[in-house]
Amino acid sequence: MSNISSVLYLISAVLFILSLRGLSHPTTARRGNFYGMLGMAIAIGTTVASPGVLSYKEIVIAFAIGGLIGSTIALKIQMTALPQLVAAFHSLVGLAAVFVAGSAFYNPGAFDIGSVGAIPTGSLIEMAVGTAIGAVTFTGSIIAFGKLQGIVTGNPLVFKGQHFINLLLGLTIIGLIVKFCLVQTPEYFWLIVLASFAIGFLLILPIGGADMPVIVSMLNSYSGWAAAGIGFTLSNNLLIITGALVGSSGAILSYIMCKGMNRSFFNVLLGGFGGEQAAASSGEKDERQPKQGNAADAAFMMKNCSSVIIVPGYGMAVAQAQHALREMGDILKKEGVEVRYAIHPVAGRMPGHMNVLLAEANVPYDEVLELDEINRDFSSTDVAFVIGANDVTNPAAKTDKTSAIYGMPILDVENAGQVFFIKRGMASGYAGVQNELFFRDNTLMLFGDAKKVCEDVIKGLEN
Amino acid sequence: MSELSNQLEKLSYQAQELSNQANNIASTLMESSNDHGDFLVFGFTVLILACFVGYYVVWSVTPALHSPLMGVTNAISSVIIVGALLAAGPIDSSLSKIFGLIAVTLAAVNIFGGFVVTNRMLSMFKKKQ
Repeated sequence: MSNISSVLYLISAVLFILSLRGLSHPTTARRGNFYGMLGMAIAIGTTVASPGVLSYKEIVIAFAIGGLIGSTIALKIQMTALPQLVAAFHSLVGLAAVFVAGSAFYNPGAFDIGSVGAIPTGSLIEMAVGTAIGAVTFTGSIIAFGKLQGIVTGNPLVFKGQHFINLLLGLTIIGLIVKFCLVQTPEYFWLIVLASFAIGFLLILPIGGADMPVIVSMLNSYSGWAAAGIGFTLSNNLLIITGALVGSSGAILSYIMCKGMNRSFFNVLLGGFGGEQAAASSGEKDERQPKQGNAADAAFMMKNCSSVIIVPGYGMAVAQAQHALREMGDILKKEGVEVRYAIHPVAGRMPGHMNVLLAEANVPYDEVLELDEINRDFSSTDVAFVIGANDVTNPAAKTDKTSAIYGMPILDVENAGQVFFIKRGMASGYAGVQNELFFRDNTLMLFGDAKKVCEDVIKGLEN
Repeated sequence: MSELSNQLEKLSYQAQELSNQANNIASTLMESSNDHGDFLVFGFTVLILACFVGYYVVWSVTPALHSPLMGVTNAISSVIIVGALLAAGPIDSSLSKIFGLIAVTLAAVNIFGGFVVTNRMLSMFKKKQ
């Protein structure tokens, strides 16, 4: 029996690997997602069939409630709210890990790890580590959710001695884990949970809104490690394999995001980057005036050129401008203009955020290109249409060594014949740095809400 | 002749004894290898190898699909439901069982939410007509 279930767990682990593998191309991705569902169904079925599981009625009710809530949310959610949804989901994995570890502690018999008060030290350590990671994931994701949803300020919240407190808390948790293994009392279990809740909270608060892609990926990674930790408690390879897959996936995504900003992971984690503080410290006021254009100029020019590259950013998501933008692109294509989209790795609030929004607006994915694929083409392009992006187009990143964003890979929009820059006002971007691009001769600023500007351009094109 | 057969009988008896002992040793060995301490090493082996698999598989994911990747990984990390089901399994009610049921609910939200939202995202990616 146990051999059969081991084999079934193995099959489900392989299906999970295949499901990630499917995401290597949009054409195989949906099949990949199906493999994932199948793997999960096998894992659940195998566990429910195991001899220790008998309370079918309660389980079915709990599962149905959860499933109903999950599907309803997932079906109703707006695509622009995706980052906060993912953050919220991560928090649930973290909390579930805490509960599983807790129940293993109160009833070790159900998991074959000794009896109450006589749990082997190895299992206690795994349990405690799984709990701590789960709890950090829980509160960390809650804060990330709050920041993305706008409930908690997106500005970094920094106070004196913050890192010292975090260090102290970290050491406290290690101390509590040691004590917990020695005495095996519930008090210490819950103290570990509380201390980890606190550190998750404090760790994410000082991190600014635009760094959330890194943080969401990092929490994704944590939720994987929490699952792997529980896998050790249960001596279950499926949980360990899945945890490792998710853990490394999140870690790689954080790495890609950090690289897209030319910052180290540690630098992001220390927090305090960007927001009002950096804007205030950026020093002297800029007296220069950028050239201002209007939507009719932009429409006329784009209609009569041969190629346009659109550079979307988080501002497009905020203004929900993707549909109007696609409509604009369609009209231009009908006029014989080549329209493409250039996506910076850190555009938006989660990895791949822009791609999903453009896909939602029915932009074909083969017109949407990554930085490496398209950057060379800006010099041979007539018009770059920057909508809701800022720091990722700042040429100062290449030239100004004193700039906060120096060294960050940017989209070379300044090489295009003409740049249209859609922006609500002259405020600087997240990094608090003035964008050199505004004052270039070939830049025209189109002030206004991203969606409104797109609609005005469409009107101009139709006339 | 009878002595020989006696000795043979003795020998066969000893052989049986030996095989019994070997059996015992083997079963104790089996037991100790099923022990938890040994799983730790075995589990680590699996963990490290799976990290390598994860590394190569994730790097092959196209950047355009990084959001769906987060959706899928979020859904499959809820495989933690395996632990939750075992905790919720016993017939008699206890604190541990309640924790287990809560964890089942939370994980189920995630499983359905994660897969459904990923499916929604992926169904939007279309090729140029």
